[in-house]
Amino acid sequence: MGPALSRVALADGEAQGHFDPMIRLPPPKPEILARRDGILADLGRLLPEDAVIGEAIRLRPYETDGLSAYRQMPLAVTLPRTTEEVAAVLRYCHANGIRVVPRGAGTSLSGGALPLEDAVVIGLMRMNRILEVNYDDRFAVVEAGVTNIGITKAVEGDGFFYAPDPSSQLACMIGGNVMMNSGGAHCLKYGVTANNLLGLTFVTIEGEVVRIGGQHLDAAGYDWLGLITGSEGQLGMVTEVTVRILRSPEGARAMLAAFSSVEVAGQAVDAIIGAGVIPVALEFMDKPCIHACEAFAHAGYPLDAEAVLIIEVEGSLAEQDMLLNRIKEICDRFEPISMKLAESAEQSLAIWKGRKGAFGAVGRISPDYLCMDGTIPTGELPHVLKRIGEMSAHYGLGVANVFHAGDGNLHPLIMFDANDAESFRKAEAFGADILRLCVEVGGCLTGEHGVGVEKRDLMVAQFTPRELALQRAVKSAFDPGWLLNPAKVFPLEGNEALAA
Amino acid sequence: MQTTFTAEQLRDPDTAEANKILRTCVHCGMCTATCPTFLLLGDELDSPRGRIYLIKDMLENGRAATELEARHVDRCLSCLSCMTTCPSGVHYMHLVDHARRHIEETYRRPWPERALRSVLARVLPRPGLFRLSLRAAALARPLARLIPGRGTTAQRLRAMLTLAPAALPPRSPMQEAPLHPAEGTRRGRVALLTGCAQKVLDPTINEATIRLLTRMGIEVVVPRGQGCCGALTHHMGQHDPAMAAARANLQAWGAEIEGQGLDAIVINASGCGTTVKDYGFMFRDEPEAALAAKISELAMDVTEVLDRFGYRPSREAPGLTVAYHSACSLQHGQKITALPKELLKRAGFAVKEPAEPHICCGSAGTYNLLQPGIAQALRARKLENMARLDADLVAAGNIGCITQLSGDALPVVHTVELLDWMAGGPKPAKLSA
Ligand SMILES: Cc1cc2nc3c(=O)[nH]c(=O)nc-3n(C[C@H](O)[C@H](O)[C@H](O)COP(=O)(O)OP(=O)(O)OC[C@H]3O[C@@H](n4cnc5c(N)ncnc54)[C@H](O)[C@@H]3O)c2cc1C
Ligand code: SF4
Ligand code: SF4
Repeated sequence: MGPALSRVALADGEAQGHFDPMIRLPPPKPEILARRDGILADLGRLLPEDAVIGEAIRLRPYETDGLSAYRQMPLAVTLPRTTEEVAAVLRYCHANGIRVVPRGAGTSLSGGALPLEDAVVIGLMRMNRILEVNYDDRFAVVEAGVTNIGITKAVEGDGFFYAPDPSSQLACMIGGNVMMNSGGAHCLKYGVTANNLLGLTFVTIEGEVVRIGGQHLDAAGYDWLGLITGSEGQLGMVTEVTVRILRSPEGARAMLAAFSSVEVAGQAVDAIIGAGVIPVALEFMDKPCIHACEAFAHAGYPLDAEAVLIIEVEGSLAEQDMLLNRIKEICDRFEPISMKLAESAEQSLAIWKGRKGAFGAVGRISPDYLCMDGTIPTGELPHVLKRIGEMSAHYGLGVANVFHAGDGNLHPLIMFDANDAESFRKAEAFGADILRLCVEVGGCLTGEHGVGVEKRDLMVAQFTPRELALQRAVKSAFDPGWLLNPAKVFPLEGNEALAA
Repeated sequence: MQTTFTAEQLRDPDTAEANKILRTCVHCGMCTATCPTFLLLGDELDSPRGRIYLIKDMLENGRAATELEARHVDRCLSCLSCMTTCPSGVHYMHLVDHARRHIEETYRRPWPERALRSVLARVLPRPGLFRLSLRAAALARPLARLIPGRGTTAQRLRAMLTLAPAALPPRSPMQEAPLHPAEGTRRGRVALLTGCAQKVLDPTINEATIRLLTRMGIEVVVPRGQGCCGALTHHMGQHDPAMAAARANLQAWGAEIEGQGLDAIVINASGCGTTVKDYGFMFRDEPEAALAAKISELAMDVTEVLDRFGYRPSREAPGLTVAYHSACSLQHGQKITALPKELLKRAGFAVKEPAEPHICCGSAGTYNLLQPGIAQALRARKLENMARLDADLVAAGNIGCITQLSGDALPVVHTVELLDWMAGGPKPAKLSA
């Protein structure tokens, strides 16, 4: 969420007499709005009949993504099935100066897929085919609309998996993962999307189809792949992705270590990482989260604990035992309430089902939440957790803490009521305080959810004007007319390309 | 998620309920991926999150439904896979039921569609009429191929004729008898909902249930006055007929509870089970609220009752591999997932489950008649996954799925027929064929 900018927006909403958190977006191009019917007709000629949506009623569900506080109806939605169709729509939009917002599963938590009033949304959810699996060279080629879990499902029968596992992996699509450079619980060991990517089919705003990278890590030439990964749909569209697949580990076991306070659990995390023990996953949940997740997943989480760590190790049984013993020894120093191993594969699954459902599960205890996404040095965890607790009391708003503790990526979920303006105002202020705290202790403002619209105005806090200008120049080189997802990532202020 | 209902709108209890459900949804999108229609159609409008949003928009604006809302809500199978997936506990079933009613009450469908729905609503719940129509359909079956056209109506007619069985099983005096005493010492007393369509299509399911339960020492009553559970019309948004059907059952079972008492109301068609278990909610603001709540509590799937009374096989293991098909109403509607498989294993079968067990087979009540295109695609997908299992037969706990999946390579039987067989009952005829 964007503290600075939403405050501006909130003022607008209040002026209208009712609460309507709106995000400031670049002014729509009047000539495009005026040509709406013509544009729809043109798109209808470029694509099959069922691939163009123009009726207001049917556009409505596309007005937002995983950050539903921000909404904006698009001009039209297109749902192409092939790279050629994507290229055709981009070519047309480029020729006619029409803005474009790419969309995958729409699970972005930073408003990355939020439409613009004068933009055509290009949704890739129909491009969901697995194109090639090669076990000898361990790669898979899939269309951009294949879900993250879909890749693993396609290869797990043969003992392989795709490593990055965002909690949204059931739904989010690989194209979106590439554009957000998404991470997940197991990235502690396997790295984020960028570390598991081999190649892309990339379509430029001019509608040119380019193949980037190959079937091996480290292809020759400039690292285009590195540049495009994490570019949030601002440089072009991805229609096919070649990913690295890995052999599934011999075995894996999850352990739950329960503690009597969040700070102590934080100390335990710090001690584990400090001792140089790297489990495959090290996740943290506090009491509100534990309760919500238990209600959903029935995983046997300790309901009496103030905080629980989910620790997973993998390898042969001997390796697992060795690691688990070391971790248990370390945890023991912090007087855990309980430590228990998952007794079966089913229980391990249930433990992960709960953790991965954590955001949604918080919907059981609060109608709305703001999901923060910051990073801090793990040594600061106990201090930061204590401060978040104090802020929660100060604002009178609940907070559920769930995060990838191993790499210091925090996701405090601030609970509020979107039907109550005062509550939303407080939540925003609370969020801003948390992000300031992250910076204060030497961390940064984003973890893995991207900048989107949510944090675009905070970019000035992280980058100098010169750095921002350089990044903008990269965008301009790919997309001189700033047609591709233009309202995201960079502050609107001082952006000539987006002025009315 | 934020909602914008006015205080005035919220005074209506149904709207208040819809508001409550909408507020639970955090718009995370997890549910989209396990929705069969989203998988096939790849449009958020045909996903749970999209439908929820569409419904929210329609209800908030107090707008009469149009063809557009009807189109996307009609495509929903009510399979409730989204409810299993949703971490937030959004009660999609109650929301979509409410939306279907709103559409039914505010939108006039074009003629062929309206006629078809009204025929289905009238015929299916009435066994006598249904039997007559099936006879007629059986005669017309060879004509299915001759129906020209690719329009929806032609597709639906073809689907109807193809789904109708070529020969109807004879009437079963057993399922009509009002009382089946327990063998040996009586250990319990249950009412059996013999259903409407199932009774006609496959009476052997009720016969197997009765044989097995009585053999286990349970008295089975088939109360006079009970009939269709109301699901057929309920899912078409026809509120009053659905409530009337349910009310008749409340009375019939209420009388039994008052009389000799009931340990359970046994339901062997899981589609009906989901609805009866929801009577408590459907009647929450009606005079029968307390009775309905009690009945929802007593309602049990036949597998639950068998487990409770300690099902045991008496025959040698048959050396057969069963592909178990999880009916959506059982796995998503009633959250009964492991039990039927466990009972089948206990009975001596090897049990396998196909890939994508959470995806609907496309039957979904009258869906395969109303949305034949999607239903056919889902059937093919399911059969393909089944074929990979190398099983001898398919078992399912719902007549709709059984009809939908029949006619392919493997025989499809009800779980209870297999359990009855292994506990001393006859071998299901379909397996001997
Ligand atoms: C419950 C929940 C849990 C989450 N957990 C995690 C987590 O653990 N880790 C994590 O990293 N993220 C997480 N996220 C955030 C989100 O799931 C990721 O950012 C994900 O990668 C987005 O994928 P998507 O397909 O939904 O993309 P969208 O949200 O549709 O789009 C994301 C961005 O990419 C662009 N885009 C999408 N597809 C393309 C394409 N083919 N070509 C060009 N641009 C494109 C869009 O314009 C947008 O800017 C979570 C979200 C939710 C709701
Ligand atoms: S999973 Fe649940 S909370 Fe998330 S969008 Fe779907 S219904 Fe809403
Ligand atoms: S009930 Fe089934 S078809 Fe309907 S939205 Fe949910 S998952 Fe999709």
